Amino acid sequence: MLKDITLGQFYPAESKIHALDPRVKLVGTLLYVVSLFLFHNLAGFLLATAFLFFLIHMSKVPVSYILRGLKAIFILMVITAIFNVLFTPGTTIVHVWKIRITWEGVRAAVFMFIRLTYLVMGTSLMTLTTTPTRLTDGMESLMAPLEKIHAPVHEVAMMMSIALRFIPLLVDETDKIMKAQMARGADFESGNFWRRAKSMVPILVPLFVSAFRRAGDLALAMEARCYQGGEGRTKMKPLVYGRNDGKAYAVLWIYFAAMILVRIFLNLPHVPLLGH
Amino acid sequence: MSITLKNVSYRYSTGTAEEIEALKNITLTIEDGQFIGLAGHTGSGKSTLIQHLNGLLRPTEGQVLHNGQDIFEKGFDLRTYRTKVGLVFQYPEYQLFETTVLEDACFGPLNQGKTKEEAREMAKRALRSVSVPEELFERSPFELSGGQQRRVAIAGVLAMEPEVLVLDEPTAGLDPCGRTEILDLVKSLQEERKITVVLVSHSMEDIADYVQRLVVMKEGEVFLDDEPKKVFSHFEELEEIGLSAPQVTYLMQDLSAQGFGVPTDCITVEEAKEAILKAVGKC
Repeated sequence: MLKDITLGQFYPAESKIHALDPRVKLVGTLLYVVSLFLFHNLAGFLLATAFLFFLIHMSKVPVSYILRGLKAIFILMVITAIFNVLFTPGTTIVHVWKIRITWEGVRAAVFMFIRLTYLVMGTSLMTLTTTPTRLTDGMESLMAPLEKIHAPVHEVAMMMSIALRFIPLLVDETDKIMKAQMARGADFESGNFWRRAKSMVPILVPLFVSAFRRAGDLALAMEARCYQGGEGRTKMKPLVYGRNDGKAYAVLWIYFAAMILVRIFLNLPHVPLLGH
Repeated sequence: MSITLKNVSYRYSTGTAEEIEALKNITLTIEDGQFIGLAGHTGSGKSTLIQHLNGLLRPTEGQVLHNGQDIFEKGFDLRTYRTKVGLVFQYPEYQLFETTVLEDACFGPLNQGKTKEEAREMAKRALRSVSVPEELFERSPFELSGGQQRRVAIAGVLAMEPEVLVLDEPTAGLDPCGRTEILDLVKSLQEERKITVVLVSHSMEDIADYVQRLVVMKEGEVFLDDEPKKVFSHFEELEEIGLSAPQVTYLMQDLSAQGFGVPTDCITVEEAKEAILKAVGKC
């Protein structure tokens, strides 16, 4: 029933991308997202596309998995595109009543659509190839300088990993509680909205109770193992950069530099993207 | 009312790489009034099996028949059926949610469509039958001790006055004293109300003296299905699948091998004592 929900969408495979240090992937994703907003022309677009598909190919993650992430924001993308088409001033192509569609509008919409698509694909690639634990490890390590200004970096990272760890547990628990209440004749499917909302009480109350109980148990278990926060704490699997990580950084910065150069030197004003 | 599983197979996560066949072609009839034990190692499919008995899981293949009628047929009232086959899950106290003990026990009867008055009567009867003292009825279930919570949760199922009671490891996490109490209670319910009971346990020793019939599962299949005595005579095979017969069975086997003329099918300490005394007296 609830088991079909996939959360924390890691796709297990053995690839060079999977094996990279999570910090490389985090920095890489950030650079890629920035680079998406750098290009204004076809050359930049082609470069960003080539780079993305090169990475997808290396990661051995099926493209269909990466496209899945788009479903969630598809409506947002369509709305953004419509706004861009309708409200960008410039050379008019079509003019019906008060609606004016401009060449610049269409162009902006197409680019915005592509940018958002690549943004989601790029970030999905990161979450698909990195386990949640490694991701939080990477974030903690990258944010470590902020500890100097007393930001609770370690605590936030710990909270994140615990929250992620709890998700599958709570999904399981919900499934069990639902079944237990169904065995007592509970009905979650029929009735109007109000009745259905009320029928959730027998699930939510035990679920909260159990979440608090687990949290209490976990806190106790952590204290029993002398956990006292981040200071002086070492890791069982510390993050160490390998040779491939260095190469990956090099590739990343070369790509980023290329995107900047393309923006500066190949800034052709009107690209015949739509056969204009 | 009899429940029959006919060639039931069940697979988890069908169509994915992690497909697991939890039940393999199981045929089993649960007769009226029986007290049945269902044993098996962790992962042998016990819990999956009992969820078929009240239609919480739908078999991938095969049928579940209630008095000969397929419970997944169109038009079969599965909700009413579920209230007739009371299923008590593992750690049932984790499903308590109401503000008072009495109201929680009312949940089942109210879902059956009983009036508030009727539901309260049924809940009270159920709570008394599991010996929850009257002064706790208006307390919050979350204030009770673990053992009391479990009784309240069991009462929550009993309140629906089911014809079949299925209990999944009802003694898990209880001390030896609490274990015997719960099992004695189930036994007396079965005798007084003449209901059918299916008791799931991984420890056959615990349930040996209570049940009339013992079904042992192994990797999703019925491995043995017989009277406890006959099941325990296969103690060597049981060990191979990670189960063990009651300790007295081993004792009697050893004594018999040493040349004492004792029967080897004793399953309770009491029986064994009688048998040994008799054998020694004869010597």
